Amino acid sequence: MITDRRKALLGMVLIGVALALLPFIIGKGLGNAWVRVLDFALLYVMLALGLNIVVGFAGLLDLGYIAFYAVGAYLYALLASPHFGLHWPVWAILPLGALVAGIFGVLLGAPTLRLRGDYLAIVTLGFGEIVRIFMNNLNAPINITNGPQGISQIDPVRIAGVPLSKTFEAFGLSFPSVYLYYYLFLALTLLVIFVSIRLEDSRIGRAWVAIREDEIAAKACGIDTRNVKLLAFAMGATFGGVAGGLFAGFQEFVSPESFGLMESIMVLCMVVLGGMGHIPGVILGGLLLAILPEALRHGAVPMQQAAFGKVLLDPESLRMLLFGLALIAVMLYRPAGLWPEARRKREFLAEKAK
Amino acid sequence: MLEVRDLHVSYGNISAVKGVSFDVAAGEMVCLIGANGAGKTTTLKALARLLPAQGAIHYRGHSILHRPAHALIGEGLTLVPEGRGVFARLTVAENLDMGAYCRRDRAEIAADLDRVYGLLPRLKERADQLAGTLSGGEQQMLAIGRALMSRPKLLLLDEPSMGLAPIMVQKVFEVIQSVAAQGVTILLVEQNARLALSVASRGYVMESGTITLSDTGPALLANPKVREAYLGE
Repeated sequence: MITDRRKALLGMVLIGVALALLPFIIGKGLGNAWVRVLDFALLYVMLALGLNIVVGFAGLLDLGYIAFYAVGAYLYALLASPHFGLHWPVWAILPLGALVAGIFGVLLGAPTLRLRGDYLAIVTLGFGEIVRIFMNNLNAPINITNGPQGISQIDPVRIAGVPLSKTFEAFGLSFPSVYLYYYLFLALTLLVIFVSIRLEDSRIGRAWVAIREDEIAAKACGIDTRNVKLLAFAMGATFGGVAGGLFAGFQEFVSPESFGLMESIMVLCMVVLGGMGHIPGVILGGLLLAILPEALRHGAVPMQQAAFGKVLLDPESLRMLLFGLALIAVMLYRPAGLWPEARRKREFLAEKAK
Repeated sequence: MLEVRDLHVSYGNISAVKGVSFDVAAGEMVCLIGANGAGKTTTLKALARLLPAQGAIHYRGHSILHRPAHALIGEGLTLVPEGRGVFARLTVAENLDMGAYCRRDRAEIAADLDRVYGLLPRLKERADQLAGTLSGGEQQMLAIGRALMSRPKLLLLDEPSMGLAPIMVQKVFEVIQSVAAQGVTILLVEQNARLALSVASRGYVMESGTITLSDTGPALLANPKVREAYLGE
């Protein structure tokens, strides 16, 4: 028992050290551009975990999830840029971003309470597009979002007065900006993972699963399905709002085109490919789908030149081609996702045995 | 315990229940029989507040017409939905646990779980199995067991025999009778009129949205109209 606990503790310390050293290893080995990719991957993991609450736990298909990311990002942009001349600190904006995104989650959830499956997907898809189009057009009559040009010169995240946008020297080591953001994103990702795990084990988590399985039976068990569903939308949106705020501070620029339908679908694919409702699977899905396209972007041109002497397919079309093939392959051979919950795997095996 | 007066339920413009009135006294087992589309399930759903309705529903002396569905279970009114409605991807034990969702008294819940396992030993054998992999009869047992975990005073059973093999139907009805023997009041909706009337103390016959006959179980079983229409004689 004690040795088990010690083993777990040792494992956690080792993982902690590995995660702390990761930007140095990747930065030295592959260059700092790859640490930046890693930063984005962490943002996507947060998004995927947020969407997992709605889609994985509560079983509500949401195709407009990126709207909450947009809300968080624009809130940060408006409150910390020369656009309105406001320069709020990050510790005030992120919780506010989470709250506002949560409210948007309830706004989306309330009219869709009676919808399920395809119908819910269509409405949420519309919601995502509405938010994006608002961002695109709210530059007149009063200029709020600066329209398609987006908002630039956003303040970088500052922690204890240190801007994360500049290299920071400490303990004889130099931490470039992308490393600093890596540590910030890592800390928040770990927090999001922790909250996800706690939610899954909670009474509310069980209520979500019950609604996913059978809504009438859930009601018959005394679950207030309306509030519990709204809570799923709100909690999921909260994670998106935080990730959006971080994105705005990291990029120092936001524009509506970062929040298109393709992004929503990417995040959904992370959840589905990884393993719906299974937190480690969703993390894996997020990391894979954020990192592999970048690897392709860097690897496709030199590889084609080596193989054929010229570039036959540009990386962007190759990406969609391979992505589509990968999706089909996963759905055929691992329908429950790459790393599904043990019980889901059992269920699929049982179905096969029949 | 339950008084229903002039209950009307409609789906849009189509009215499915057209003014039914009936009573269920404490400790009784009452059945509601009738053909497909007579409005039996609709009535039960309205009682469980899953459908909006007009009229009066009094449960233990007060109106529940405008109570939300999820609040009723705390007052001891529990529905076993049609088609069983077990949580297929949860284990048997987790399903039973969901039945006690509204309760906080852990020690009592554990005692009730033992009681349910005592009543339905098959569930104990399969406690860690996914509910979706159980047979139809076992799923029906699980649905009843889950409802019992909420400590119902009045149990609404919607077609517990639906889609089950005759031997399983017998077993399910044995369970229902032992639940009734423990003092739980039961309102049973059934198409299997012969079986329902033979176990119920009283029965109501529903036909296209209204109640056409009401009597004791044995009297209805002997009634020539019932024999002709529902017992195939």
